[in-house]
Amino acid sequence: MKKAVFVYSPEQLGYKFSDTHPFNHKRLTLTMDLLKNIDALDDVDIVPARVATEEELLLAHDPKYIDIVKRAGHGELSEAQCESYGIGTEDTPIFENMHEASAQLVGGTLTAVDYVMEGKAEHALNLGGGLHHGFRGRASGFCIYNDSTVAIRYLQEKYNARVLYVDTDAHHGDGVQWSFYEDPDVCTLSIHETGRYLFPGTGNITERGNGQGYGTSFNFPIDAFTEDESFLEIYEKAMREVFEFFKPDVVLTQNGADAHYFDPLTHLYGTMKIYREIPKLAHKLAHEYCGGKWIAVGGGGYDIWRVVPRAWSMLWLEMTEQQLPTGPLPQAWLDRWQPEAPVPFIPTWEDPNPLYEPIPRKTEIEEKNTQMLTKALHIIRNENRA
Amino acid sequence: MIVEEIMNDEPYTLAPTNTVVEALKLMREKKVRHLPVIDEEHHVLGVITERDIKEALPSSLRDEPNSPVFNAKVEEIMVKNPLVGHPLDFVEEVALTFYESKVGCLPIVSGGKLVGIVTTTDLLYTYIELTGATEPGSKIEIRVSDTPGILFEITKIFREHHANVQSVLVYPDSENTQNKILSIRVKTLNPLAMIEELRKEGFDVLWPNLPGVSL
Repeated sequence: MKKAVFVYSPEQLGYKFSDTHPFNHKRLTLTMDLLKNIDALDDVDIVPARVATEEELLLAHDPKYIDIVKRAGHGELSEAQCESYGIGTEDTPIFENMHEASAQLVGGTLTAVDYVMEGKAEHALNLGGGLHHGFRGRASGFCIYNDSTVAIRYLQEKYNARVLYVDTDAHHGDGVQWSFYEDPDVCTLSIHETGRYLFPGTGNITERGNGQGYGTSFNFPIDAFTEDESFLEIYEKAMREVFEFFKPDVVLTQNGADAHYFDPLTHLYGTMKIYREIPKLAHKLAHEYCGGKWIAVGGGGYDIWRVVPRAWSMLWLEMTEQQLPTGPLPQAWLDRWQPEAPVPFIPTWEDPNPLYEPIPRKTEIEEKNTQMLTKALHIIRNENRA
Repeated sequence: MIVEEIMNDEPYTLAPTNTVVEALKLMREKKVRHLPVIDEEHHVLGVITERDIKEALPSSLRDEPNSPVFNAKVEEIMVKNPLVGHPLDFVEEVALTFYESKVGCLPIVSGGKLVGIVTTTDLLYTYIELTGATEPGSKIEIRVSDTPGILFEITKIFREHHANVQSVLVYPDSENTQNKILSIRVKTLNPLAMIEELRKEGFDVLWPNLPGVSL
C-alpha cells in the first residue's frame, strides 16, 4: 500500500472567481512546484481528481441550487437572479463553468476518500478541496459546493464509517458543522478565530449539536492575536480528547492556511510553526485510532505566495513521512516565482524570529483561550469522570 | 418590536391553593424560575419565584426535611399585586422595567386576564437576534462623530460594494461623548475592500485592534 496519494487535476484550477479575488488556486501550482523542487512529489504519487456526479452532489445540496450553479456558469442567469443563492455576490461571483469546476473539487475529495477506504493508500490529500462554508442550498464565503460534506455523507453511505472532521482554518467550519449537527455518527471539531468580528460569526463553544447529535459538535473559538503557543496548546488538547471521546473510523482534516500573521483576512498571528505541528498530530492520532485512515483537504489561505506553499508542503511531507525541511527554500523556486509575487518571499522554510513586534496582553489572551478550552471540553471531561 | 412578539403565550401557572412543594416540582420539571398565580378567571393574583421559595424555606444546612413551609399554600409566600405588562408594550420599555425594578419576569395581562409571560432570558435572546449573529457575516466597528448624516455616508460604501448589511448597532463612545461607535454586521467573508474605502474616506475603523491597545 502507498503511504499517500496527492490528488490533483489541472481542471481544478478552473475554480477561479477573478484575478483580484482573494481565493486563488494558483496556490496549488505554487505548492506542487515547491514540492517538486525538493524532490518530494513524484509523478507516480499524483492521481487525477474525478468529477463528482450529480447524484453525489445531491448528498449535500438541493437540486434547485445545483441547477442555479450550472445555469449561472453557462451565462444563463443574471446576478440578481442568483443572489438569493449566494452567487453573483462580491464573495462568490459568477464565473464560467462554475458548476464543472466546483464538481471537480468535490470529485477530488471523493477520489481521496476512495483511495484511503479501498486500501490503496494510507492517506490521501486533495488540496483543491476544503470549501467548508458551502450550504445545502446556498453559496457562502467563497464556497460553492461543500466537498467535505459530500465526502462525509459518501463515507457514511458507501463505507458505513464513523467520521471525525477536524477544521483548523481560521474561519469557523460552519457549512460542515450544520450539515451534521443532528448526526451522532459524525463529529465536527473546529478551531477558529472568534466570530465576534470574523466571518462567519458562528462557532461558539455552546454550539454542541442538536437532538441525537448533541455532544458531537466541538468549537474552539480563539482570540485574535492568539499566536503559536496558545494555538497549539488548544489544538493538541482538543484533538487528543475529542479523538479519545469519539473514536472515529476515519479522520478528515480541513487544512486552511489562513491563521498566519501574513494572512490578510484574519488576525491570529500564527507562524510556520503551527503548519509544521498541525499535520504531525493529525497523522499520529490517525494511526492510533483509525488504522491510519486520514484524508486531508485544503481550505482558506489568502497569502498564496509567502504562506500557503510552505504550509501545504509541510502537510504532504508529513503524510508521506518525509523529513520536514529547514533552512533555505530552493533557489530555483524562488527565482521562478518572485517576479510574479507582489511581496518579497520569505526565503526559508521557517519564518524569521521574531516575525512581528511582541503582542501586548499576551498572557491575558492565552489565559482566555485556556478558559475557553476548559468550557468547551467540559462536556466530555464530565462524562469521563462519571 | 412589541411584547406579544417575544412573550411566551402558554405560561405554566399555579392556583393560590397549590402548595410550595407543587410549585417547586413544576419549576424543576419545566425548568422555569417564575410562575404566575391565577384564579379561575385567569386574573393574576401574584407571582412566585424560585427565590421566594428558597427564602421561605429553612436553611438547607439545618436538618428539617419536613419543614411546614413545603405544605404551605403559594398564596402565603407569593408576591401579591406584581408588576405586569401589556402585549402592546414596547420591548425597550420592558427592558427598562427589568433593569430599574430588578424583577426577573412580567406577567402579561390583557382584558384583565393573563395572556403570557416575558422573562429576562427572552429579552436577552431578542438582543442576540438584534446583533445579527444568526447569519454568516463579518463585523466592522467604526468610531464616528455624533453628527447627522454619518450613517448615510457609511452605508453608501457598503452599497457600492453590494454588501448586504445584517445589523447596525449604535453605542455611545466611552472615551468621548462627541463620538459614537457603530457596530455593523456585513454579509461577506472579505471586508478588506470596504475597510480600506472607509479609511480612505477618513473614518476611524476600530478593528482589527487589540482590546484596549491602539496598534
